[in-house]
Amino acid sequence: MPQRIDGSGETLRFTFEGREIAARAGDTIAAALIAAGETTTRASVVSGAPRGPFCMMGVCFECLVEVDGVPNRQACMIEAAAGMTVNRQKADEVAA
Amino acid sequence: MQSDALVLGGGLVGAATAYGLAREGLSVTMLDEGDVAFRASRGNFGLVWVQSKGDGRPEYAIWTRRSADLWPSLDAMLKEETGVSTFYEKPGGLHFCLSEAEMESRKALIARLHNVHGAANYGARILDRDEVHQMMPGLGPDVVGGTYCEHDGHASPLYLLRALHDGLKRRGGRIVAGAGARDIARDGDGYAVTTPAGTFRAGRLVLAAGLGNRALGEKVGLDLKIAPLKGQILVTERTRPRLDMPTHVVRQTGEGSIMIGDSHEDVGFDVSSSSDVMAQLAARAIRMFPFLKDLRIVRSWAALRIMSPDGFPIYQQSKTHPGVFSVNCHSGVTLAGSHALALAPMIARGELGEELSAFSARRFDAAAN
Amino acid sequence: MKSYDVVVIGAGPAGMAAAVETSRAGLSTLVLDEQQRPGGQIYRDIEASDATRRGILGQDYQSGADLAAALRGSTAEYLPGAVVWNIDSAKQIDFSVRGGSQSVKAAHIVVATGAIERPTPMPGWTLPGVTTVGAVQILLKTSGVVLEDLVMVGSGPLLWLAATQMIAAGTPPKAIVETVPKARYRAAAKHLARAIPGWRYLAKGFAMIRAVKRAGVPVHRDAEEIAIDGVVAAEAVSFTSDGRRHRIETAHVALHQGVVPNQQITRLMNCEHRFDAGQRAFLPVVDASFETSVENVFVAGDGAGIGGARAAAMRGRLVAMRIAEKAGKPATDGREKLEAALRRDAAVRPLLEALYAPSEDVLSPADGTLVCRCEEITAGQIREAVALGAPGPNQVKSFLRAGMGPCQGRMCGLAVSEIIAAAKGEEPSSVDYYRIRPPLKPLLLSELAAFEPGEAPRAAAE
Repeated sequence: MPQRIDGSGETLRFTFEGREIAARAGDTIAAALIAAGETTTRASVVSGAPRGPFCMMGVCFECLVEVDGVPNRQACMIEAAAGMTVNRQKADEVAA
Repeated sequence: MQSDALVLGGGLVGAATAYGLAREGLSVTMLDEGDVAFRASRGNFGLVWVQSKGDGRPEYAIWTRRSADLWPSLDAMLKEETGVSTFYEKPGGLHFCLSEAEMESRKALIARLHNVHGAANYGARILDRDEVHQMMPGLGPDVVGGTYCEHDGHASPLYLLRALHDGLKRRGGRIVAGAGARDIARDGDGYAVTTPAGTFRAGRLVLAAGLGNRALGEKVGLDLKIAPLKGQILVTERTRPRLDMPTHVVRQTGEGSIMIGDSHEDVGFDVSSSSDVMAQLAARAIRMFPFLKDLRIVRSWAALRIMSPDGFPIYQQSKTHPGVFSVNCHSGVTLAGSHALALAPMIARGELGEELSAFSARRFDAAAN
Repeated sequence: MKSYDVVVIGAGPAGMAAAVETSRAGLSTLVLDEQQRPGGQIYRDIEASDATRRGILGQDYQSGADLAAALRGSTAEYLPGAVVWNIDSAKQIDFSVRGGSQSVKAAHIVVATGAIERPTPMPGWTLPGVTTVGAVQILLKTSGVVLEDLVMVGSGPLLWLAATQMIAAGTPPKAIVETVPKARYRAAAKHLARAIPGWRYLAKGFAMIRAVKRAGVPVHRDAEEIAIDGVVAAEAVSFTSDGRRHRIETAHVALHQGVVPNQQITRLMNCEHRFDAGQRAFLPVVDASFETSVENVFVAGDGAGIGGARAAAMRGRLVAMRIAEKAGKPATDGREKLEAALRRDAAVRPLLEALYAPSEDVLSPADGTLVCRCEEITAGQIREAVALGAPGPNQVKSFLRAGMGPCQGRMCGLAVSEIIAAAKGEEPSSVDYYRIRPPLKPLLLSELAAFEPGEAPRAAAE
């Protein structure tokens, strides 16, 4: 399981697929999700296979999520903010 | 290396012709450029488009329509022989007008083309605002009308190119990459073509090297006044099915990407994508389809169309070098049907048909006189 | 449109050092960086990290703090969250920041976009729970997150560094699966004498390996035929080592086969590139001052060839000195000293390159292995396209859509070039790489439509 080395300090909350996720100021969405044990962020647009954050530096585009209704956002490049609604990027609902 | 026919150029024009020649039973070698060519095929928008083609040149309207009619057979052949789908569809196509002035000039064009094809045969009709919005949900309010033609369709230029290469190979054709033609010389009854990959010989040559044809033509007595016209295309990320049919500037591919095209720039041999033109394309596309604003552009590219002085193709056999044919045109997807199944048989016979006599480059000499 | 003497792209060690130096020389300098805070990936979140985190990440990480402070203290304008998406031949740079696009003009461009991890195609590498080793470090640097059951797979200094950082954090990796063939150690040994000036690196390397041993982390050497098993997420790593098959259960796998220059911008700008056999990667061709074949476009740092963070900062300063000189500013001292230091710093590289060359497994993946993650194209399909006559990556891209997804070939490009080269019996140098086109990162159509470069439309002739 993932852990935080420096104790607690999660001060903000957002939701991912309806689940409440605790994050710290400065966490990217992807980091907060991994810390919360969520490694699957999208379905491949080709096969529908599950994918998750891979590079964490904006290069691989595997961590695409829907943030507050806007699809295809890079979870590793956006900092988590209180009250965000984050959902997995589904293959057949791209830009629905 | 001896073949019945050498095709100089492995883009859509060369590959369709080469595939057609192989179908006619000729042994064919296709000489292609290297990996980075000024390949118009890669920049093709993917329309099989009839409705606006041939204004002022009825022979072109008829040739284009013939190609559209041949497309279903070509697609079926390629699929059967190679297993590659070109994603060809023929749901008809839409052209939009964003102002009354555009609408008026469009109406006049349609009327002129009606006279070429015959009203019953043309299959294009004018749509008023209500009709066009009904036919294509999601259109923006700026669209005041348009035209629809049942003979229009679209296909993936890239899969078409791959299928043609694959089909040629399966019919015993040879494809040599890194073999851009440098020189052409007489060789007995035939010709020898020098390339970085060696010298190739054949009795019949097809010049299909795009803009490279100009220099090659000079070696075989053909004066080909072709010039580049840059076009830029934007491609979005994939999205769910949005568009039931292709339109003249926006279409959805088989994979779900939306392609946005229709820039024309006369800029010489420059294939860079310029941000200002990209921005104009984006703005115009959003006026037509407001839903596009929420999609992301993942790629853009620019390619050079091959333009003759009047914009129509040049098909010509050299007088001084019999057996050398030259094919010069844009719209390599639209014309693939004709190139593979009508032009190639003519070249195999050694004579272009009467229907292509209007496409000789000599028409430009006449204009100059 | 605003113009600058120097626009630096990237705020890692090279970019920060270059910007500090050019602004000190009196040149107007703008730094554009994708991240929200300076540091690049190596010094990621250096300003925000506390003593605990710095203690875990080590001395070398801490040294980034001085650079970040110097950048903040300089007269260079620093624009975080700026994503460059196009640069034209007139050095107009278009970038997106907070959902809007703007342009600046640069007299000199310093590309300081560093390195990315080499693609590591292997069975199961797309499963959730599988990341790069760099990603594991980023989690630690930005959020103090560590993964308890992590299995690290591959080779290279960064892998050992990340392992020691995990140990220092109290969560040693569950295992290290190293892909360095046994024979490599002998081959690398002959570079040892030449590497002596880089004794600091050697000492650090040995210390890292010792720390892993001391922590009792199982290290499986000479591993081959690696696969990550799982259905909807990673469940285990399987591999052959010591003549038998192993399987280690884990939900978290980190892959690494070294880092390679991030070529996107230099490719976009049509800079000349060459394939470097030692680094097994394409590098932009640069002169002694790191100027590319495109005049006044420089590459500072790992983007010009992997040298590490210390070298990156030194190269950044060298680039800045040369730009100041070209711009007619008085010459600064210390150039020779800097060059000598760079040479000493690079002494260890041949040894590292020989020892940690990428494994055959990832250079020539099995036919069924996905290479292009975005479009799900396998190594076998790429080989078929070559058999059909595709001469290089651009035709392969046309035929298969490999490299056409949102990552724009970053995750597959090098692997695709390698596979094509091997299939043709040629070197990657003759096969070359994808052509890179704008936008460098996906861009909302509405943002593009609203974009006005801020000048009368430029003449078409460029």
